Amino acid sequence: MIEHTQTDVRFPEETLKQVREIISRYPEGRQKSAILPILHLAQNEWNWLSAPVMDYVATLLDIQPIEVYEVATFYTMFNLEPVGKYVLEVCRTGPCCLRGAEQLIEHIENKFGIQVGQTSPDGMFTLKTVECLAACGGAPCLQVRLKREGGIHKYYENLTPEKVDGLVEKEWV
Amino acid sequence: MAIKILTEHINKPGIETFEVYRQHGGYAAVEKALKKMTPDEVVEEVKKSGLRGRGGAGFPAGMKWGFLAKPEGKPRYLVCNADESEPGTFKDRHLMAHSPHTLIEGMIVASYALGAKTSYIYVRGEMLYVIRILEKAIAEAYAKGFLGKNILGTDYSLDLYVHPGGGAYICGEETALLESLEGKRGNPRNKPPFPAVSGLYNCPTVVNNVETIAAVSWIINNGGEEYAKVGVGRSTGTKLISACGNINKPGVYEIELGVPVEEFIYSDEYCGGIAGGKKLKAVVAGGSSVPVLPANLITKTASGENRLMTYESLSDGGFATGTMLGSGGFIVFDEDQCIVRNTWNFSRFYHHESCGQCSPCREGTGWMEKVLHRIEYGHGHAHDIDLLVDVARKIEGNTICPLGDAAAWPVGSAIRHFRDEFEWHIRHPHEATRKGAVYRKEAVLV
Ligand SMILES: Cc1cc2nc3c(=O)[nH]c(=O)nc-3n(C[C@H](O)[C@H](O)[C@H](O)COP(=O)(O)O)c2cc1C
Ligand code: SF4
Ligand code: FES
Repeated sequence: MIEHTQTDVRFPEETLKQVREIISRYPEGRQKSAILPILHLAQNEWNWLSAPVMDYVATLLDIQPIEVYEVATFYTMFNLEPVGKYVLEVCRTGPCCLRGAEQLIEHIENKFGIQVGQTSPDGMFTLKTVECLAACGGAPCLQVRLKREGGIHKYYENLTPEKVDGLVEKEWV
Repeated sequence: MAIKILTEHINKPGIETFEVYRQHGGYAAVEKALKKMTPDEVVEEVKKSGLRGRGGAGFPAGMKWGFLAKPEGKPRYLVCNADESEPGTFKDRHLMAHSPHTLIEGMIVASYALGAKTSYIYVRGEMLYVIRILEKAIAEAYAKGFLGKNILGTDYSLDLYVHPGGGAYICGEETALLESLEGKRGNPRNKPPFPAVSGLYNCPTVVNNVETIAAVSWIINNGGEEYAKVGVGRSTGTKLISACGNINKPGVYEIELGVPVEEFIYSDEYCGGIAGGKKLKAVVAGGSSVPVLPANLITKTASGENRLMTYESLSDGGFATGTMLGSGGFIVFDEDQCIVRNTWNFSRFYHHESCGQCSPCREGTGWMEKVLHRIEYGHGHAHDIDLLVDVARKIEGNTICPLGDAAAWPVGSAIRHFRDEFEWHIRHPHEATRKGAVYRKEAVLV
């Protein structure tokens, strides 16, 4: 796996414009409010949040780096270590387990020879479990952030092991 | 045909666009409120409607609005709670993704009523695609003059923004949500002061659920009294119920409050019965936080009356034999499901989501998870059941926010109604840990 050193951290001009627009949504002096939306942009840019990335976000918001670390470590969506190209975030909460979530997780573990929290040897897939995604009607389900679609976390619902196999072959390539 | 207040047009092609939404009568409430009513008159209609908060607690919306402090020189805020993370709940996502303007229209009317000049919709971060849908709809509303400066030529101006969360159930708690919106960790605040006095940026703030705000437009169009005619008693109006688990037709259903629970489970109009022709074992009726009830107590109250989908009927019997309507997350368990395993699963959830500020919640949720895990995996001790009851009691009522209670109730209720299933796990660990093994007691199945 490529270890990103992320030393030369800077958003492209287009994203910086977005950053300024986001900051303008909050009152004067309350720019810290923009931290979550900007961390999402950063994660989509660099795939995970290294210390240099978080420091950079702190400079954009004119706050202390510790304020960014505090926030980034509190929320589960942020990867604080390098991850695979696709992070499979499988829901493990009760309603999904009533419809096969545990079997689904086991299938993915066996398929890639990894356990929850690990990345496949080819660097393509990281398996994570998450709590209820508000998609219990389509249980079992998982989410994957698609960089090619602007970082949208796409929902995949009513899954079976076979459907996951198909997605690995055709969609997450 | 049952009345639909929130979802009448939700399946119309193109309803996510301003134009189609408008063709179906959309934004009439904004016109009426801003041009013909004073803010106080809008609040008055909502009071008359009896509308109760749909996020879980069921607090009357009009009364909450009435509490909002109005000090000179301080802005006031309306914040919509679209964090939707309570296990079993997926109604807000359904509404926002399919009909974003329904929420936006409600936000404009409610903001006008409260005198908010800037309002935020806090959407859980995982729902980025919903955020995009909302942002597109908001841009349309700005372009058509329904948002921004001098809306429809009146002197009322409003800016509306969507704010993403970062993945944390606790940010659904309203003061944690406000902390999060200020760019901090989602640690709930001590109350008082309540948000109505000191909320976002220390300014008076109202936090309401998506569904609560979305209902306001209909109330303005038709009058609070008309709304109060829908439903039963103090459970006025309609409610979105997200039904999931072992049923034939999982999905989001808008019901008139008062539908019998039995009809909701078995009628083809709603859940369509238990999947695979199996028997019903238990239901968690209002999201993972509310007490679980066995089949015999969910369809009928302890006194033998039909249980209805209302705040009052579901809570009939208190926690001894009743539950709560909660968020409307309706989770159905068939005869092959293990209550111990599910209780352990829910405990793990609350332990994972505890923000860690208060020891009873931080430590207690961890202990409950650990003890339930050992019972489920065949290492339980005879005294573990009493230990769980004791820990749950010590958390309840002793924490800064209600997450502690929400963690304690599923455990307390599972033991109250399914104690013999826990005992069976402890006494027969080999049998209980066999793959697919479940404890059966025909008497509680329906
Ligand atoms: C742990 C916890 C999680 C909550 N999650 C949500 C949520 O996801 N959505 C919601 O609307 N309310 C949630 N609430 C309730 C809110 O604190 C608040 O009561 C609600 O947003 C008020 O809106 P309403 O009166 O319109 O229901 C939660 C409460 C707690 C204690
Ligand atoms: S009850 Fe739990 S979640 Fe709520 S403030 Fe205390 S520790 Fe945090
Ligand atoms: S439990 Fe998996 S989406 Fe709700």
